[in-house]
Amino acid sequence: MRSSEPRAPLGLAFAATAGLLFMLLPLALIFLYAFSTEERTYQWPPPGLTLKWFAVTWGRVDVWQALTLSVQVASISTLLALILGTLCAAAVSGTKFFGRETISLLVILPIALPGIITGISLRSAFNLMEIPFSFWTIILGHATFCIVVVYNNAVARFRRLHGSMVEAAMDLGANSFQTFRHVILPNLGTALLAGGMLAFALSFDEVIVTTFTAGQQQTLPIWMLEELIRPRQRPVTNVVAMVVVLVTLLPILLAYYLTRDGDQIAGSGK
Amino acid sequence: MSVAAAESGVILQRRGVLAAIGDYFWRRPGMLIFLMLLPALLWLGIVYLGSLLALLLQSFFAIDEFSGVVDRSQLTLKTYAELLRPQNVDIIFRTVLMAASVTVASAVIAFPIAYVAARYAKGYWKALFYLGVMLPLWASYLVKIYAWKLILAREGILNWVFEQLHLTWLLQAWLSIPVIGGNSLSISYTGTFLVFLYVWMPYMILPIQAAIERVPTNLLDASSDLGATPLQTFWKVIFPLALPGIVAGSIFTFSLTLGDYIIPQIVGNSQFFIGQAVYSHQGTAGNIPLAAAFTVVPIVIMVLYLWGAKRAGAFDAL
Repeated sequence: MRSSEPRAPLGLAFAATAGLLFMLLPLALIFLYAFSTEERTYQWPPPGLTLKWFAVTWGRVDVWQALTLSVQVASISTLLALILGTLCAAAVSGTKFFGRETISLLVILPIALPGIITGISLRSAFNLMEIPFSFWTIILGHATFCIVVVYNNAVARFRRLHGSMVEAAMDLGANSFQTFRHVILPNLGTALLAGGMLAFALSFDEVIVTTFTAGQQQTLPIWMLEELIRPRQRPVTNVVAMVVVLVTLLPILLAYYLTRDGDQIAGSGK
Repeated sequence: MSVAAAESGVILQRRGVLAAIGDYFWRRPGMLIFLMLLPALLWLGIVYLGSLLALLLQSFFAIDEFSGVVDRSQLTLKTYAELLRPQNVDIIFRTVLMAASVTVASAVIAFPIAYVAARYAKGYWKALFYLGVMLPLWASYLVKIYAWKLILAREGILNWVFEQLHLTWLLQAWLSIPVIGGNSLSISYTGTFLVFLYVWMPYMILPIQAAIERVPTNLLDASSDLGATPLQTFWKVIFPLALPGIVAGSIFTFSLTLGDYIIPQIVGNSQFFIGQAVYSHQGTAGNIPLAAAFTVVPIVIMVLYLWGAKRAGAFDAL
């Protein structure tokens, strides 16, 4: 492949570029609307540009409260998912045992089935057991579907981690915990960071399950959903939407740098 | 060997509680595996499967039509009979049709992107493609819907573009087609379809890209050495190997469309999809049994779908 760099046929290149534009232009539009002076409609082209709405949004208590709640929920769910997902991945990738396939399926199920099913089953279970909706019921829901993201990342990394390295460490006198601390964890680190960030993003953005498991609490997506159904303050929503896109952009860039190195190692190693 | 090592004192140096625990697990790996699996299994088993089963159980109760109270004293199939009423079958049919069209359209648009990203993009372009796929994939679900609310609005950019190109008549002609048309884009099935497509399509790209990247280059070389034209190589070698990736991607697009209730609520006409039916029956109507029976539909469809996908080898491409 290195001798001749193949070029994509024209039609194919056109289709791919058009596809990319279809995916990226709507997001670019979000950025533009955040500066629009128009208050009451979604008018295009914007009649004028202003920075006013950033200051207005900054002063909004409800936006700040929703943001804080979202960050708290996402942090705790991610932490839980990291622990549960990594342990499960370690067990599944280490050995072959009866029911291993079933466990993989069980972990994938919460995202393979539509979110509304997770949401309504949790809600009716809370109702049956008379658990009041709270901060913790939101977390119960979020952690359930965050596990799979961490699990997938960790399983992929465990697959590359050769058992011989662990055996070598133990032959050289390290006990299980030292082996875990000095051999397994450094190899796993970036995969966990990437998985953790994706889990955080997933939880931060989740709305379907949250509508069923939240009581009076408003996470940022719930706040946005209400604005979508009944627009009352379009300029503020525009700004919030733009900030949310920016916030998700950072973990993606980070995750890219983290997993990119791993891919190169895997490619040259095999 | 082990006796000699023990006598020479090598092992004696690593004493301590931690070491003892470590040694114990080294001798009994099964125990370690069990303990590692336990937290996740307990969580998923109790929180997730428990709730799911409780919900399924509710679908076998029936609601008393006069008092509106759920009768928990006996199991019945009455709710399922209610599910098969024509208006409910319509909802199911509409949703499945939408999910299928979104899936097919996603595959068609996603394939060239995945193909170029996997086989031609190098260096700078590779990074650009990665961003181009990951940004829409991970961008907030609601923000994506919001972007389309801006685009499809009457005073929005799409109508403006059609106007500038003097093609408003074309848009009007499209909207006057029964079923897929409507008064305006934002309250037609076309609009709903576009938003579904935009929101779920990125999930199709990654599995296809992974599948194509996994096709060994020497297979392609062998194919052309044996006299195949590039087009033949594509259809006989690359496409069959990429197919599990497409099936894997379709699991996401199909399942996600099947259960969504927010998109058709924001962009679309007032006709219900399965998700909306579930939401309204459990909420305002208070008919939990019927809501539960409705959720059984996507579960059954997805179980069949996953079973078929597993046979097509799609899980290796995830």
